Amino acid sequence: MSTLTLAKALNEGMRKAMEDDPKVLIMGEDVGKLGGVFRVTDGLQKDFGEQRVIDTPLAESGIIGTAIGLALRGYRPVCEIQFDGFVFPAADQIITQLAKMPLRSLGKVRLPVVVRIPCGGGIGAVEHHSESPEAYFTHTAGLRVVACSNPADAYTMIQQAIRCDDPVVFFEPKRRYWEKAEVDTSAAPAGWPPFDQAQVVRPGTDLTVLAYGPMVKTCLEAAAAAEEDGRSLEVVDLRSLNPLDVARVTESVRKTGRCIVVHEAPVYNGFGAEVAARVTETCFYNLEAPVLRVGGPSTPYPPSRLEDHYLPDLDRVLEAVDRAFAF
Amino acid sequence: MTADAPHGAEAPPELVQLLTPEGERVEHPDYDIDLTPEEIRGLYRDLVLVRRVDLEAVALQRQGELGIWASLLGQEAAQIGSGRALAETDMAFPTYREHGVAWCRGVDPVNLLGLFRGVNHGGWDPAEHNFHLYTIVIGSQTLHAVGYAMGVQRDSAEAATIVYFGDGATSQGDVNESFIWASVFNAPVVFFCQNNQWAISEPLEKQSRIPLYRRASGFGFPGVRVDGNDVFACLAVTRKALADARSGQGPMLIEAFTYRMGAHTTSDDPTRYRVAGELEAWKLKDPIERVRAYMFKNQLADQEFFDAIDAEADDLGRDVRKRCLALPDPEPLAIFDHVYAEPHRLMDEERAQFAAYLEGFEG
Repeated sequence: MSTLTLAKALNEGMRKAMEDDPKVLIMGEDVGKLGGVFRVTDGLQKDFGEQRVIDTPLAESGIIGTAIGLALRGYRPVCEIQFDGFVFPAADQIITQLAKMPLRSLGKVRLPVVVRIPCGGGIGAVEHHSESPEAYFTHTAGLRVVACSNPADAYTMIQQAIRCDDPVVFFEPKRRYWEKAEVDTSAAPAGWPPFDQAQVVRPGTDLTVLAYGPMVKTCLEAAAAAEEDGRSLEVVDLRSLNPLDVARVTESVRKTGRCIVVHEAPVYNGFGAEVAARVTETCFYNLEAPVLRVGGPSTPYPPSRLEDHYLPDLDRVLEAVDRAFAF
Repeated sequence: MTADAPHGAEAPPELVQLLTPEGERVEHPDYDIDLTPEEIRGLYRDLVLVRRVDLEAVALQRQGELGIWASLLGQEAAQIGSGRALAETDMAFPTYREHGVAWCRGVDPVNLLGLFRGVNHGGWDPAEHNFHLYTIVIGSQTLHAVGYAMGVQRDSAEAATIVYFGDGATSQGDVNESFIWASVFNAPVVFFCQNNQWAISEPLEKQSRIPLYRRASGFGFPGVRVDGNDVFACLAVTRKALADARSGQGPMLIEAFTYRMGAHTTSDDPTRYRVAGELEAWKLKDPIERVRAYMFKNQLADQEFFDAIDAEADDLGRDVRKRCLALPDPEPLAIFDHVYAEPHRLMDEERAQFAAYLEGFEG
């Protein structure tokens, strides 16, 4: 067991993946000497060299486009997009090429490319540095989309993403980068939960809270507060958004009869809409209340002095819990 | 642009040319080539056969058997010259019009027709032919090629990568990013731009104020303009660029100055935007006729040879047509195949649901 921040857990996970497989490459802006603006790749270039940890020119489409070419040559590139709001110049390569080329080849081409995206708000940043663009990518067939919420998952999920033969968009909750937890770096990978599986992170009986990425911690805090009011909330960390672990979600909601889904992204057409529709289909006769969504307003991300109002917090989650119980 | 001065027909003097439109062999100080009569007959055969396949594909589209076809008519020399310059271990990244290069790489023309017929999106194995899948979004493949070349560097392999694109693509961000990447990483890649003068309806002036090959200097690598209708020159220039790339001298841009003699695709009507005189001027520079004239003059082949090639071309056209028409439509559940390489719950679930739905119509 070691105590690691989420950023360090990702770093250790990538280091392990690079040790295990010489084809694993790291590429992105400032990932080399600087170690990334969040230091997630700190020290990797020093230890693995410039051929494997590549400081790229400053162009996101170029990062993903050349990563595809490297994957075609047998490499497994792990690309860092510096901030969520900078992924859009690369959206064409991700959506029209990375996601679709394996199908175009009738399965003869595999593109094991990981696109790491620090996401979400809460760090007082300027525009384009606090967004949650996951729904754009969950809507794109051919991509797997996952989000880690804690150091232990960060360590295992990044390695599983790198080992996966499909392209993976990997969301990292940037405001949780510095939070520490115990990570078992000695456990055998065979014992890790599959990275497309949801995890119950707090069992409960009265209402299911579904969350991923930065909101998992917020929902755990809300569950602790609700307990004081005599309500038992079950918190499920979805971890994988495409595919969604419908079975685990269904199992939880059938037990509790109530469900809210929480994310930072705007509610309108957000990932929560898909979750709510699925839960309604699979749990219709068990539901005591409609599935409620908690998320950002359907506006662009505001200036940072307003972000505390924009981001769902403990009170916003509890308010939704109250509404679910009021039905 | 007027009919008196057909657009692009008067190429500037910096053009590398080894065979004039009249079939005269000329020298160039930087590029030369020594071809055996057998090799020249081979190039002629390639040119005629790919034009014949193209003609058959256009006919198949007109008869409703293909959804669309992007003709290579007029660009045969650029594609065969560059395609035959490739070593077996070199890798090529095409657009959707590189039927001549595909031919050189041993891809069955029926595979190309299958894509335009709609039975799949390509489906050949890029690794088997060292010829990547057709890329339809303009310019995207230039980055794939540079990334691939960076992989070649990391493998310490002696192989070059060539990437094809058109004049319109040079306006794309991806193409410019690929120039930057190739330059700063000194990637072993050859950028082969077929300037066929038209991006659907837009003439070159809508893409560039300077000759395209000169763009390279701003990125820090050499650029050259070659007569794209001269198969000898295209072969010589590409061979040299590939050799330079393989020996660590980095990227090069080749602008093959050519002409799209047909429509952009079978959905296009070029009479709306270009004058007939332009096509007539370029017909005088036809890539096949000049080789034929050269071979006649130098007695490299007799009439019997040319007749035999024509007969082979007709046989190929018939064979391609027959096999195209025999392509089976894919099974409905193939929609769910190959979306992911590893098991994916949503695909499994939707495939099962769709299968059950389809079964509901049976019995």
